[in-house]
Amino acid sequence: MVYAISIILIGIGIYGLMTQKNLFKHLISLSIIDTAVNIFIIATGYVEGGKAPIYTKSLPNFAIGKFVDPLPQALVLTAIVIGVGTLAVGASLLVRIREKHSSIDVENMKGVEE
Amino acid sequence: MRRLYAILVGAGLVYMLFAFLGTISPYGNVNLSDRVSAHFLAKDVNSVDASKWVSGDKQIPSKMKVFGKKGFEDGSANVVTSIVVNYRSFDTLGEVTVLFASAVGVGLILGGTRRMRYGRKPNFILRVSTGILLPLIILFGVYIFVHGHLTPGGGFPGGTVIAAAVLLLYLSNEEFSLNMVVSKSLEGSMGSLYVIFGLIGLAVGGAFLFNFLPNGVVGSLFSAGVVPLVYMTIGLKVGSELSGVVAEIHEEREG
Repeated sequence: MVYAISIILIGIGIYGLMTQKNLFKHLISLSIIDTAVNIFIIATGYVEGGKAPIYTKSLPNFAIGKFVDPLPQALVLTAIVIGVGTLAVGASLLVRIREKHSSIDVENMKGVEE
Repeated sequence: MRRLYAILVGAGLVYMLFAFLGTISPYGNVNLSDRVSAHFLAKDVNSVDASKWVSGDKQIPSKMKVFGKKGFEDGSANVVTSIVVNYRSFDTLGEVTVLFASAVGVGLILGGTRRMRYGRKPNFILRVSTGILLPLIILFGVYIFVHGHLTPGGGFPGGTVIAAAVLLLYLSNEEFSLNMVVSKSLEGSMGSLYVIFGLIGLAVGGAFLFNFLPNGVVGSLFSAGVVPLVYMTIGLKVGSELSGVVAEIHEEREG
């Protein structure tokens, strides 16, 4: 089920990338794909009935099947931070494009040759 | 026409990915003993014989008590943290570098000389509640990255919460502007401190980013060796970095 949700989100992101003319919507589509892939990676590590992989007073023992897989979570932690970095750089580029060409819509940009 | 084409391409890709789903194990039905993650959870990665693992002998650790015990190769109660800043700390160094590069890029693209005005007076509720909430938000951010090895969280969320406090300052006060010298020097010194931790590990233990401090009892605040120190440096670095990004978004050029 979660796999299906993430794959459909990837499809929505691809659709947005191919149809939209506003560059900010392109950025949002890329961000949606990023999030969908993160959901997918997290879902590959889910164990039925498993808890978060943290040893506490109520969960003091190591046992297979009690915790979810910690490795995908560690990978996604990295991916989220890099997603934030690319989003920040892309958004700041859009600010400069808006200043120079008076629009971030691909069809209304001034001074841009086809 | 373009929409139809986009729907076709998107649906084709979705169909391809659904077909690929059959090759991986179904959702929630994962056996951790088939994966290396079992050894990350049991904190016995170094005792695994890799050649036996490859030939099919899985060497699954037996059930044991971890919380409140000592003597493991890694001492943090949060296993994700132990992977991020102990087993795969070099990855995290690269990640911090990527974040630094993007912060520099935003500064290069958006750099200005004047603070941007919103063109309206900040709300009374916003101004008063900022004074009350700001210390609490900063305290919460520091709490998150100091307890990164015990609770969910760590350096990156803690730093983001601190940056949110700076954003609140910007929203509530039109005159406020972050001291860039302080934030940039904090960021640079914390980034080099991370590398210095790695070099100390290289000198003491023979491996870059080696955990050179005693691990202590799993679950106590002063445990897990170098992990809390590294997460504190990451927290301060990410906090100052994202605060710098927030400050640069609020700058504009003259004229």
